[in-house]
Amino acid sequence: MNVFDLISWVCLLGGVFFCFVGSVGLLRLPDFYSRMHGASMTDTLGAALVFIGLMFQAGLSLVTVKLVMILFFLLLTSPTSTHALAKSAFDAGLKPWVKKQKDVIQ
Amino acid sequence: MLNNLILGVALYAIWLLWSGHYSLLLLSLGAISCLTVVVLVRRMGVFEPERQHVHLLLPLPLYWPWLLWAIFVANLDIAWRVLHPKLPIAPCVFKVKASQKSELGRVIYANSITLTPGTVSMDVESDTITVHALTEKSASSLQTGEMDRRVTALELERES
Repeated sequence: MNVFDLISWVCLLGGVFFCFVGSVGLLRLPDFYSRMHGASMTDTLGAALVFIGLMFQAGLSLVTVKLVMILFFLLLTSPTSTHALAKSAFDAGLKPWVKKQKDVIQ
Repeated sequence: MLNNLILGVALYAIWLLWSGHYSLLLLSLGAISCLTVVVLVRRMGVFEPERQHVHLLLPLPLYWPWLLWAIFVANLDIAWRVLHPKLPIAPCVFKVKASQKSELGRVIYANSITLTPGTVSMDVESDTITVHALTEKSASSLQTGEMDRRVTALELERES
């Protein structure tokens, strides 16, 4: 087990952790808008760490170039689609959940 | 017309590089998809003079490290809140000013907001962006205006 393998596995496991936390957030958070924040963890740090882990596995090759490009396009398209979702919900008049009964919960 | 030609050739070169297969079927499929993209881009009017913002893309790599760091910090914060038994969140909606002059600048700013966990841009008007934030902390970190300033700084590179 060389040092690249080690870095690769740390990144992969970190990515898995953030994808998992993103899914937990998707289930635990109260409404449509706040659930998007959970999903964006999966899109950003979760995906990025998985891809960095895979780059360390691939080494300096064309595969790594492709992985970089996939990550680049992912970081470009995922906020665009998230914005499209949020905007259509907002335009349709969906009201965000706001914590008014602060004292009840704490 | 020259723009379209350059775009088509560049797309096909990239397609060849990434495909790595040189059979007649795949080569023609690649040519068809590149041609489709050029036609679509032409119809969308991407090459109209007022929408030329290529100069914005040059200083963009200088902005990425800062953005990635902001995303990293925000991820840790949101992950901690999601796993916290009490779920300490306080969602709110507010407007921030987008001081970018060009369309692409505002797109970069709105997408950066959405990309950072804890804030999602809900609506983009001429110079304001409606933002949904998960916590007061993520709202206030956006309201400092540092991200807005950094994206606007990308635009100013052209004048200097």
